[in-house]
Amino acid sequence: MNQDNRIGEVVESSSLQFTVQCYDLYKSPNIGTLVKCGTDPQLFGIVYDVSNKSMDPARRPVPRGRDENKEEGVYLSNPQLNRLLITEVNCILVGYKSTEGILQSPVSLPPRIHSFVIECSEEELREFSSTLDFLPLLLESPILNSIDDVISSFLIKSSKSHDDKSRFLIYAGKELAFNLSGQLIRLNNLLKRISK
Amino acid sequence: MNSEINNFISKDVDVLGMVVSGSLTNGVEVKLKPERSVSEIKVGRYVSIEAENLKFFGVVTDIELGATDQTLRVNPPEISNPFIANVISGSTAYGIIQVEPMLILSQDDLDSIYGPQPAKTIPPHFSKVSLASDEDVETVFGLESDTNFWLGNPLDMDTAKLCLNIEELIKRSNGVFGKSGTGKTFLTRLLLLGIIQRGVASQLVFDMQSEYGWKGFSEDSKEVKGLKQIFSSKVAIFSLDEESSRRRGVNPDYVVRIGYEDIEPGDISVLKETLNLSEVAADAAYSLERYFGPNNWFKEFLALSGGEEFIDLARNLNINQAALSSLKNRLSRFKRFDFIDESGGNDSVTQILSYLDRGMHVILEFGRYGSDLAAYMLVANLLTRRIYARYAVFAEKALGDPTQQPTPLVITIEEAHKFLSPDIASQTIFGTIAREMRKHNVTLLVVDQRPSGIDDEIMSQLGTKITCLLDNEKDLDSVLTGVSGNRKLRSVLSRLESKQQALIFGHSVPMPMVIKVRDYGTATSYGDFQIEDTKFNFDEDNEDLFGKKL
Repeated sequence: MNQDNRIGEVVESSSLQFTVQCYDLYKSPNIGTLVKCGTDPQLFGIVYDVSNKSMDPARRPVPRGRDENKEEGVYLSNPQLNRLLITEVNCILVGYKSTEGILQSPVSLPPRIHSFVIECSEEELREFSSTLDFLPLLLESPILNSIDDVISSFLIKSSKSHDDKSRFLIYAGKELAFNLSGQLIRLNNLLKRISK
Repeated sequence: MNSEINNFISKDVDVLGMVVSGSLTNGVEVKLKPERSVSEIKVGRYVSIEAENLKFFGVVTDIELGATDQTLRVNPPEISNPFIANVISGSTAYGIIQVEPMLILSQDDLDSIYGPQPAKTIPPHFSKVSLASDEDVETVFGLESDTNFWLGNPLDMDTAKLCLNIEELIKRSNGVFGKSGTGKTFLTRLLLLGIIQRGVASQLVFDMQSEYGWKGFSEDSKEVKGLKQIFSSKVAIFSLDEESSRRRGVNPDYVVRIGYEDIEPGDISVLKETLNLSEVAADAAYSLERYFGPNNWFKEFLALSGGEEFIDLARNLNINQAALSSLKNRLSRFKRFDFIDESGGNDSVTQILSYLDRGMHVILEFGRYGSDLAAYMLVANLLTRRIYARYAVFAEKALGDPTQQPTPLVITIEEAHKFLSPDIASQTIFGTIAREMRKHNVTLLVVDQRPSGIDDEIMSQLGTKITCLLDNEKDLDSVLTGVSGNRKLRSVLSRLESKQQALIFGHSVPMPMVIKVRDYGTATSYGDFQIEDTKFNFDEDNEDLFGKKL
């Protein structure tokens, strides 16, 4: 990963989400990481899916390590793999930066292809997570079923950026409770994940 | 940190929540802020509600638990996890309080001179609800003054004083109620003290248990000072039982003696139930009065030996002999009362009136007769009837010459339901006084533990009711009948603590108030009364010393 936390470039995008191809194989941010891309406006996304695959969808990787003692041996013996295999990250768009500051609302235009994608610093994460207006966006997201894992990972990461970790988590928990009224079991499971 | 989290973290100590629904008849529903726990708010607590340009003053009448998810009841969350418990409480599971907006305090300086006005509307949605401040309480109930007597503090507000307008209080008959051991006597003693201190009326107290005059005892058998010890120059102790008074170290100002000629048939009618007399037997007293004459009937009747003489009397009066005999047996009990003198009384009524005329307060101790209800009722009824008759004359004189207006008189009676039960309320002088209000400048302070035994009409005439804990359904009904918002007051009343708490509502208070009655019995409390006395009676003392200002 580069020194400025740049992880890759946008290779596919829509107004709901974007896909990042990482510069380096296996060097991706975790699920729930806040990333930013673009410049005008700067968009924010949260990683919800990470995949490793062949660059060419028609060419599926085949086993190569029958004679190797260690996994690393496969890559040392086949250095082309670092070029033929890629790591892709899917992010859901959660807001953008305007002249008024960070706005947590749906974006009107998707990021451009080849926009640089950068993992946000702790300071940016603290600033972004100081309000949680984007939670309904995520909770109602039609994109995937495991969004609750993404939310809990994001909140746990964010809590570490705040001075009073437990108070932040209670605040976040109450926001979740507000947004999940009528979904007590889901709320209970989410809170259990956050409290671990 | 961003303002949103700051808002969440910062705890405005006074804000409780916001109005979410309501009506004028049922009061408003307030959803508590997440960080507020229902257990920190008590029924009876005062709150203020800030609407657009009005400020409402109300009282908490009910507390509920609410939930956004109804499955919470069947599938409670894992509250063993403190984090989950913390999150759920106040969000998914939250507290609701019911508030009855009672008054509107104007925010406008010009309007505020009219004081708090009854609430004829309700605050709009999302109005901010806070705990009432000391200033709010002062605006509503007034500051201590030469008419306002500090009776106690609001619940959970030790620094705010709740004052009772004594001048308004004595304009009508009032009641102190509460079941046994809830502090009626202490509360009554405070009221008596307030009336003495503010000098707005004279008082006649029929002190059944001899606990108001010189000294009384608290529940834990600690001795507390009586009114005479605090206001020695303003209080006179009259006694029915000199021996008992002296045993208790009291030197009575006057010993009351009642002559046979003082007893009237009406005094016997009142005792019908207490003496277990039949209707015929009680009514026979009137026939006896006609037969023997008003002053002699009692003496002559008790002097009858029986036999032929008795049969002749029954025949002459056309009364059943058994009824007459039972009346004689019951009335013979009075011979055992040392304060009843066959040779004649000592005109106690004139003595009492002479003290009352001087603006003094008379406490009549019953000594050992306090445990005999018949003695208590006989004396209280007999003396009050005569005193009231004299006051009626004074009042008539005052119609011609307003400067002759007699000093208002407050008569305190205990076990009031015995005098004011539906059967006899129309016959006793107390029933007349309670119904006529202050026609002749005489009002009652009735003290009772069974208000349901008092006639409904009398109850409805009581101006201000001061009620300690009551838990009997009938008693609750009786006290609250005809009071607006009585369903809510009922829940407040039945949840009062068993000591030192009371609900006051009626004529002399702008809205029902729950008070923690001020301390009585400590050196500090006595000191406070004397300081207040000096403060509020300075002008009077000044006049006594140097004459009236011209």
